[in-house]
Amino acid sequence: MSTMTVEVKAAVNNTLNAEVRQNPLSSAQITDYDHRQTVGKITVDHPKMTCRNVNVYYGEKHAIRQVSLDIGANEVIAFIGPSGCGKSTVLRCLNRMNDTIPICRVAGEIRLDQDDIYDKSIDVVQLRARVGMVFQKPNPFPKSIYENVAYGPRIHGMVDGKAEMDELVRASLERAGLLKEVENRLNEPGTSLSGGQQQRLCIARAIAVNPEVILMDEPCSALDPIATAKIEELIDELRENYTIVIVTHSMQQAARVSQRTAYFHLGDLIEIGETDQIFTNPKHKLTEDYITGRFG
Amino acid sequence: MNKSTPPAPTRDIKVIVNAGLQRRHAAERRFRAYGLLAVTLGLAFVVLMFANIIGKGYPAFWQTYIELPVTFDPAVIDPEGHRDPKALENADYAVLVRASLRKLFPQVEGRRDLRELYQLVSSNAPFRLRSEVLNNPALIGAEQPIWVLASANVDTFVKGNIDRTLDESLRPLKDQEIVWIDQLQASGQINQRFNTILFSNGDSREPEQAGIRGALMGSFYTLLVTFLLTFPIGVATAVYLEEFAPKNRWTDIIEVNINNLAAVPSIVFGLLGLAVFINFFGLPRSAPLVGGLVLSLMTLPVIIIAGRAALTSVPPSIREAALGMGASKLQMVGHHVLPLAMPGMLTGSIIGMARALGESAPLLMIGMVAFIVDIPKGLMDPATVLPVQIYLWADLPERAFVERTSAAIMVLLAFMIVMNGLAIILRKRFERRW
Repeated sequence: MSTMTVEVKAAVNNTLNAEVRQNPLSSAQITDYDHRQTVGKITVDHPKMTCRNVNVYYGEKHAIRQVSLDIGANEVIAFIGPSGCGKSTVLRCLNRMNDTIPICRVAGEIRLDQDDIYDKSIDVVQLRARVGMVFQKPNPFPKSIYENVAYGPRIHGMVDGKAEMDELVRASLERAGLLKEVENRLNEPGTSLSGGQQQRLCIARAIAVNPEVILMDEPCSALDPIATAKIEELIDELRENYTIVIVTHSMQQAARVSQRTAYFHLGDLIEIGETDQIFTNPKHKLTEDYITGRFG
Repeated sequence: MNKSTPPAPTRDIKVIVNAGLQRRHAAERRFRAYGLLAVTLGLAFVVLMFANIIGKGYPAFWQTYIELPVTFDPAVIDPEGHRDPKALENADYAVLVRASLRKLFPQVEGRRDLRELYQLVSSNAPFRLRSEVLNNPALIGAEQPIWVLASANVDTFVKGNIDRTLDESLRPLKDQEIVWIDQLQASGQINQRFNTILFSNGDSREPEQAGIRGALMGSFYTLLVTFLLTFPIGVATAVYLEEFAPKNRWTDIIEVNINNLAAVPSIVFGLLGLAVFINFFGLPRSAPLVGGLVLSLMTLPVIIIAGRAALTSVPPSIREAALGMGASKLQMVGHHVLPLAMPGMLTGSIIGMARALGESAPLLMIGMVAFIVDIPKGLMDPATVLPVQIYLWADLPERAFVERTSAAIMVLLAFMIVMNGLAIILRKRFERRW
């Protein structure tokens, strides 16, 4: 098993530098690793966000190549792929969290509705209020549960008065399915909660500012299966009101929560499509290898 | 057996390892022994130092007093009889002190012997009488025993630090003075009390009247200036350099220079202060304001370095959480990063301040080394600081100043221990809550 993984990776590495983009093949013909043209339909009918020819560079390193995809309104789209494939990088482009990395450069076009989010006229503060984020490791602020949720609305000046804030905090916790568990201890530190509760607190914090899109970067990787199940249930409920992009290492999770799935490999978007199709009938050899557990 | 198989090495390995094992363990034991020895030696010297300082310094916390049977003669104090406060203030109380000493020892005659007799009490005894009279004018005409400060030599003798078996010419007290002191002790007219003068007086030429109040207030004002300048500037600098400044060659140069500044000999900062603050800006010499400015220059790098270290230790997840919520960079720093870094910054600041408290060299350069009797009342008054006061007293030959030097060192060390203790408590109390 392990030798096979090594061979596959070696083969991929050997072909990495070859320029093979000029030779688009129809999806039925794809059999080898050379081809890195995205397979599958990248567009949707009602896109919330659109990425076109996105390239990301870390200094000299070309980390993401020519990624184009649509994120549909009120859908859950899962980004999967082996470690280092760039799925988190693409995710972090969507709310410009990559701006915090000095050597990181993003080229291409990403639109939220009609707004080019890398345009000078778009303020990153406004963007991040519209595109919320939940991180891999639960990272509540070392403040009270109440303050954690109230933080976003407070800095954006979204509410007037304490009563309105109380209501918003409770509503957000309710929607994150956390209210019952923490109702009587809103003033205790957020860090005193269990890992799963902390992550739901982070989700409550993100939805308190009522974003349009929520980005989730492996939100369950630090959680046990029970907490994971709760989060997945929550994602399913949140889909009614929000567009959700989730990066996950667990293919079962991707299969359970998402409607569409994008498979990334070494900086390329290899395949994108309906989740059912990706997991039952992958069109690209790399995707098939990955989901059948041959590497990654 | 197949020839090509390499010889099984297992048994050999065991033997080889065992052979070297003893040597390895011995090396480890030796290293531990060195460490233990070094720690023991260090502790022994610390104990020795403290024993020496405390042994020398603790008598300074006690002070000898002599009871004088004072007759408050109206003819001396208030010859006019008006009880005019001005007249009472200007009366010659030294006459009364001398008269009461003569009354104690009527057998003493002759100018020289009398002069020695008068030197039993401190030169501030007349002031003591004056304040008694001003507080209670009804005393005039009465006879009242009053405890006055003994002179430094008497004090030293009573504390057992003058050897009476020495030849008369080798000790500061004459034989007959010792006889008088013995007499006073026998009649219970000499006693020792807690030395409040040490904490309430400024410097003085007379050791029994010298105190550290002036130096303490000088240190307080100097450190106040230092803290008010360094803490906000240091924190802001650390935040700017760590969170906002672009990472390029210029900021690298600045960083290297800040690190180097922390290692510049402190007297250089004193020279800088003399040249810039006093000569160029014309600020007064010996002023706590200038002292504070100079110590600020010295302390700033320490606080900046500690502040940056505290900022880097805040986990990136907190920053991402804040940025992800749409906080601006300043909001991220102000709401989340700075509160978490604050204990570390405070610790660094307190340690920097403790260093500033113990600094004397740069202050010598800006004239805070003067003999100043008055207790400074503000930032512009001439002042000195505790370490400089220690330095000044250490230069003086009187035994009474030796013990005051040690007492001042004890006070300084107490402040140092309190400040460092505070830093440790802060660190423990707020350590990593995430």
